[in-house]
Amino acid sequence: MSASWSFADAIFYFIALLTVVCGAYAVASRNIVRAVFSLLGTFLGVAGLYAMLSADFVAVVQIMVYVGGILVLLIFAVMLTSRIEKAGRSNPAARPLAASLGVLCGLASLVLLASLALLAPWKQTAAGDFAPTTAPLGEALLAEALLPFELLSVVLLGVVIGAVIIARRDPEVGG
Amino acid sequence: MIHVGLQHFLVVAALLFCLGLTCVLVRRNAVAILIGIELILNAAGLNLIAFARFGGDLLSGTVFVVFLIVLAAAEAVVGLALIIAVHRRLRDIDLERSDELRG
Repeated sequence: MSASWSFADAIFYFIALLTVVCGAYAVASRNIVRAVFSLLGTFLGVAGLYAMLSADFVAVVQIMVYVGGILVLLIFAVMLTSRIEKAGRSNPAARPLAASLGVLCGLASLVLLASLALLAPWKQTAAGDFAPTTAPLGEALLAEALLPFELLSVVLLGVVIGAVIIARRDPEVGG
Repeated sequence: MIHVGLQHFLVVAALLFCLGLTCVLVRRNAVAILIGIELILNAAGLNLIAFARFGGDLLSGTVFVVFLIVLAAAEAVVGLALIIAVHRRLRDIDLERSDELRG
């Protein structure tokens, strides 16, 4: 707790900067391909922040699901829906009035949330040591969280069937 | 050991949330709006883990975030299927021009 930065602090600020800058580029870029690829930095940065919060299992799941799954899905959607010669202006903003109202909403909520985060008297306990969370998480998922866990598998089944039906090539034939 | 506390993580999550909100409000490409929703969900997960870590019960926060990640993946799958269906019908995913249902 010295006044100088420790090594862990430097890592935190580096990861936080990576996360926010990549997220800002994903929002601001006019090229949807670049926006999607810049999300890679955001997802990896959030995984790093999870690891710094001692949530090792969630960090690995974040990399596997977001980087390995959702990002690939987004890239597929971009490749299937936009022509490559128009990629440079594939991500237009709304009309100027609507866009400035949107940015204003974002800034207002940022001021609100940041001042809330910094000023509210959060009740904090000292963070414990780093400990693996996988084994207790597995026990929790098969004990007190068993019902939501099983419901989630039903939800996933419904999502897979629904996505196949929605994206089917010819809804009239055989529907 | 670590000098950064709860508030540092909350500020990062607030920044991510506001970026996602701005993306949803400003962009017209449907894929960009899904990107904004993913940013918002990431901010929520970061908040959950941060509160769990500094509130003393990391395990329940971890369970919440695992469920959140699964639901985010489900949302992305359905959203992208809808985008592909809209693109097949209208040849465009610009949400200001996809107004076939407007009365």
